[in-house]
Amino acid sequence: MSFEQFFQYFLSGLTTGSIYAIIAIGFNIIYNTTGIINFAQGEFLILGGMIGISLSSFLPLPLAIAAAVVVTMGVGAIIDFLFIKWLKGPSVLRLVIITIGLSILIRESMLHIWDEKVRTLRHFTGSEISSVKILGAHISPQVLWVLGISAVIVVALNLFFRLTLVGRAMRACSDNRTAARLCGIRATQMVTFSFMLSAAIGALAGCAISPLTQTQYAMGAPLAIKGFTVAILGGLGSITAAVVAGLLLGLLEAFSIAVLPLAYIDAVSIVVLLVILFFRPSGLFGNREASSLKEF
Amino acid sequence: MNRNLRVATIICLLVGLAVSPLFAGAGQEEAAAKEPIKVGAILAVTGGASWLGAPEAKTLEMLVEKTNAAGGIDGHQVELIIKDSQASAEKAISFTKQLIEEEQVLAIIGPSTSGESMAIKDICQEGQTILLSCAAAETIVNPVAPYVFKTPQKDSYAAIWIFQTMQKMGISKIGVVVGNTGFGQGGKAQLEKYAPEHGIEIAIAEVYDGAATDLTGVLTKVKARGVQAVVNWSIVPAQSIVAKNMRQLGMDMPLFQSHGFGNIKYVEAAGAAAEGIIFPCGRLLVADVLSANHPQKALLVEYKSEYESRYGEDVSTFGGHAYDAFVILKAAVEKAGSVEMADVRNAIESLQGVVGTAGIFNISPSDHNGLGLESFEMLTVKDGKFVVLEQ
Repeated sequence: MSFEQFFQYFLSGLTTGSIYAIIAIGFNIIYNTTGIINFAQGEFLILGGMIGISLSSFLPLPLAIAAAVVVTMGVGAIIDFLFIKWLKGPSVLRLVIITIGLSILIRESMLHIWDEKVRTLRHFTGSEISSVKILGAHISPQVLWVLGISAVIVVALNLFFRLTLVGRAMRACSDNRTAARLCGIRATQMVTFSFMLSAAIGALAGCAISPLTQTQYAMGAPLAIKGFTVAILGGLGSITAAVVAGLLLGLLEAFSIAVLPLAYIDAVSIVVLLVILFFRPSGLFGNREASSLKEF
Repeated sequence: MNRNLRVATIICLLVGLAVSPLFAGAGQEEAAAKEPIKVGAILAVTGGASWLGAPEAKTLEMLVEKTNAAGGIDGHQVELIIKDSQASAEKAISFTKQLIEEEQVLAIIGPSTSGESMAIKDICQEGQTILLSCAAAETIVNPVAPYVFKTPQKDSYAAIWIFQTMQKMGISKIGVVVGNTGFGQGGKAQLEKYAPEHGIEIAIAEVYDGAATDLTGVLTKVKARGVQAVVNWSIVPAQSIVAKNMRQLGMDMPLFQSHGFGNIKYVEAAGAAAEGIIFPCGRLLVADVLSANHPQKALLVEYKSEYESRYGEDVSTFGGHAYDAFVILKAAVEKAGSVEMADVRNAIESLQGVVGTAGIFNISPSDHNGLGLESFEMLTVKDGKFVVLEQ
């Protein structure tokens, strides 16, 4: 394999990986506050993409995306208000089932509001045919946007969770809800925040990947499964780990294509996932001790 | 006492409500004395193949309404029962049983996808119910099952058209990528079968996951083989992704697609990357530029304008497959002069020269599709529109 080809596989791995990574980030936020996996995360993604696409027909792109993020954030808040907030000490399993139900609800609503057609958002810069040439290999400028946005989200969220009072309060809720409440943190409010934040990030991710993956009402679930896999692989709860794991999985898949028939691609990634979880149940970068304290 | 009275009043009202439509309907009953024809349709109206099933369902609703308003088929009103299979073979199977055993339909139109069609082929044959599949794979009618027909063009014709075009363009070494659906696998088999006799070498053939959202990996592999053209054969929205990914990777060789590309939405989804894509297709998408004396011209223009004005969206060839299924059924009932299953089936098998959206159908006991090689035209994308490829 020539260097150019090697590098092309590398870039193609980055392309796939960047999509996985940006999806996986969203899973970690709600997990960090509530200790549950929000299975409707994929639908937040598609909802954001759909709204962005509809608005972009008459709004400038940045404004359309911003509006999509705000609207999806509102949907996140409404969902929390209607379905999560009134639960008194719900079990993890019950919350998981509720989010699965929500994902179906959002998906079917999207089918009725929009339709079954595949849509796509404009490229942020350039178009479908523009490609950036690096060291003899090519990559779409949109991939660079996705990577850039992931990086900004990671830095911003890390700062938010570490430095701000609200961010720390959200983490406290995740560690021990009762203790957090005893300290005067309004736990239900933190959960609302986390749903809004994760919906917002989902929407941003949905807009960013739409030019690459396209957007259709039913696409949320398969994307979410990959994102979920990556979140587990990296170690649930860590946003940086999610991005690293996403890129790793993307690269792994790209190089497996180079040597094996394409049909084996999912087998390769699942085998690697199983092996890693076998030796490191808390994920690649997860803290074993911390994860043993979690319910889920 | 009072309560009894109230209950009695309610019962009277309910009975009155239930009976009144009978009286209202009595007049119409006389006008259409013949029994209605029940037609089932199993279509992927929602779900992963909704871009096939939704236009098919809309087309059938439009056609049935129009036919009934014009007095039905041979005096029989048509009762259409649409079942949404969501492209799931399991659902298609249970709907088929329901339509055959409970509804006792004359014919089933659909399913939309090849996988579902193959899943219910034997059930329809055993249940002796006519199946008019809207899916493309050749295996649906080869080997022939007496009760099973299909309306889209055969895969093999599409493959032959693609190779003939390549010969004219001087292309001899190609890469093939297909989706892992029944349609994709069927197309790969046809391409591999017909490549040698056209002097074309398939340097690499890969199958990708139908739900894939990024295909740069496999295209990198194809690029490394130094091919002169790429053929993508899929029914999934991946058709647009392949086009985009090729341009992103700086691959500027021609991209050929299957007849599954016949939806302008894919061109819109691929944007500038769709320019120059070459694919075989029926004439529906270029109806406006057909010469006025073409036998399909009048029907195509009528369908296109009616569909587009009624639903406010662009017509696609997929809706056309359901249109053809209904046209064939209608022609057969009129020819048979009966609504007995066996008579209608025999009539379908002897239909000649029926004009449909996909071409002219000449159905025979050995050919349950009835379309010829000339039912295809090579199209390309120019300035975001479908045009006939100038060779």
